[in-house]
Amino acid sequence: MNVIEANGLGKRYGSTWALRDCTLAIPDGHVVALVGPNGAGKTTLLNLAVGLTAPSTGTVTVLGDTRPGSRTALDGIAFVAQDTPLYKNLSIADMLHLTRNLNRYFDQGYAEARLGELGIPSTRKAGKLSGGQQAQLALTLALARRPRLLVLDEPMSSLDPLARHDFMATVMTAIADDGVSVVLSSHVLAELERVADYFVLLSSGSVQVAGEVDDLLACHRVLTGPASEADRCADRLRVVHTRRGEAQAHLLIRTNGSADPVPQGWEAHPVTLEELTLAYLREPGASSLPGPVRARHTEPMDVAK
Amino acid sequence: MGWVTWRQHRLTLAGVAAVLGAASVYLYFTGEHLRNQGFVSYGAGPGLTLTAALFQVIPPLIGAFVGAPVLARELEAGTFRFTWTQGFGRARWTIATLAPLALAVTVVAGAFGFLFSWCYGPQIGVKYGLSPLAATTFDLRGVAFAGWTLVAFAIGVVAGILIRRVVPAMFATLVAWSGLAVVTGLFLRRHYEAPLVTSRTNLPSTDWVMSEWWTRGGQPVSSSTIDQVLQKVGVSVSGNGQQILRASQGSGLGNMSPTQYLIHHGFTQLSSYQPASRFWPFQWIEGGWLLALSLLLMIAAVWLVHRRAT
Repeated sequence: MNVIEANGLGKRYGSTWALRDCTLAIPDGHVVALVGPNGAGKTTLLNLAVGLTAPSTGTVTVLGDTRPGSRTALDGIAFVAQDTPLYKNLSIADMLHLTRNLNRYFDQGYAEARLGELGIPSTRKAGKLSGGQQAQLALTLALARRPRLLVLDEPMSSLDPLARHDFMATVMTAIADDGVSVVLSSHVLAELERVADYFVLLSSGSVQVAGEVDDLLACHRVLTGPASEADRCADRLRVVHTRRGEAQAHLLIRTNGSADPVPQGWEAHPVTLEELTLAYLREPGASSLPGPVRARHTEPMDVAK
Repeated sequence: MGWVTWRQHRLTLAGVAAVLGAASVYLYFTGEHLRNQGFVSYGAGPGLTLTAALFQVIPPLIGAFVGAPVLARELEAGTFRFTWTQGFGRARWTIATLAPLALAVTVVAGAFGFLFSWCYGPQIGVKYGLSPLAATTFDLRGVAFAGWTLVAFAIGVVAGILIRRVVPAMFATLVAWSGLAVVTGLFLRRHYEAPLVTSRTNLPSTDWVMSEWWTRGGQPVSSSTIDQVLQKVGVSVSGNGQQILRASQGSGLGNMSPTQYLIHHGFTQLSSYQPASRFWPFQWIEGGWLLALSLLLMIAAVWLVHRRAT
């Protein structure tokens, strides 16, 4: 089952396309990192998936075949928006009561236990909590609904490093305990790198990279060699991005596995997700998508020089 | 969901209760005072007119302060991203929020209108008193006050979802409600039922006279003709519309008033008016269309919440 499936999905605000021709099939049971620069369309994609907004073109379905915003989808998806909106002048206990009244299923015991562990008193007003505590409260409310999919839109953008660590720890515990699928968006890759096992890169409203992290890392590598030979090498390989220094050049290439021989005088290194992201972001024409290829300006999986 | 609505709006509802409570206390004591003094024929008295003018602002304020923030605050503060992604769903949430608030607002306004009628009722509609149909007090009594408050609430809600910001929505509510009230008072209310036309000149002041004009032999006569006739006997004509005639001294009228003189000479004064007995039928008509409009506006608000993407 695909937790989020999009087909030619597009969203336009006025004359600007926030998301264009987006085709994705995100499988369940994964922790999905949705990464991209500011303005890439991550929030738009997530808003479409949770039913806060309707597509301009294309279709999107969630949790298999369900329409976003339908009863089943609302029951099964818990969403924490950017800046964790809460009712600032309600107390924590009231927020729990409110969420319980607005949902068919709500695990009050879990929520109270979790907030007790975090040391958040239930009589304090939600607006008086620190940023980290507000994020933890929003996450607790979302997890207490026992959703099948947890969608988090830049949940850590206003958190300090310790709060971020605690937040991700809570998420990982929930995944281990309940088997919930998670889609996390962020423009900071480092914090997601350790936990994500599915990766989607959005840039300027289009999907550039989508796939399992293991697969992506296995079929990309960095070749380091003399700068003078870089062009000659590049003709024979599928190069995503070239980084030249005075003497050395680094080519990030796509391979079909480790079968491709390394050219003489060059060294091959495995690639990190961060290097992959930066390379693709610098080459807007390149993409790495699974399944049937959708060509844009160039043949996919080849670089545009 | 009732608990949810109460909890989220408890401050504004408390404010409304405070304002109406203060006004009710004032009305109660005024009513007691008037009754203790016996209802001498005060007519429209300055106390009633001033109070009525002040109370006219209560419905639009309730509409602005209770109705406009319901949806606008969700959108402005971003909490709709939390509330409308819960399992309850956004259309149901809107209905479940609007219904108890609308009901509360209507019931409270109805009680208030009843209290107003009790306080000033005997002063309105007595022999030389104010017409119950006059715009000063008509919409503060009976079902009309509840209707105007409910429509103000509904206008506020729709303004909230359209404008998406609380303070501009409040202003829009005040402006829209005032426009509707003025149009109704000036143009619409007089047409609820076809006005009666009579040639009697001694209509009680409790009837609502809408216009008067002179005829002769079945044909309407212009006011300049009337002027000429009267000036021949030395009467200067002042005023317009209602043709307030002032007799100058030493005119040739003798003991007759100018009106009687004209009637004596074959002119007939016709008045179109609404009798005071039509007070309740008019109340039901006005309450009825206000209720229908309110329901329409609230249904439109739910539809907009359901359809409008963010």
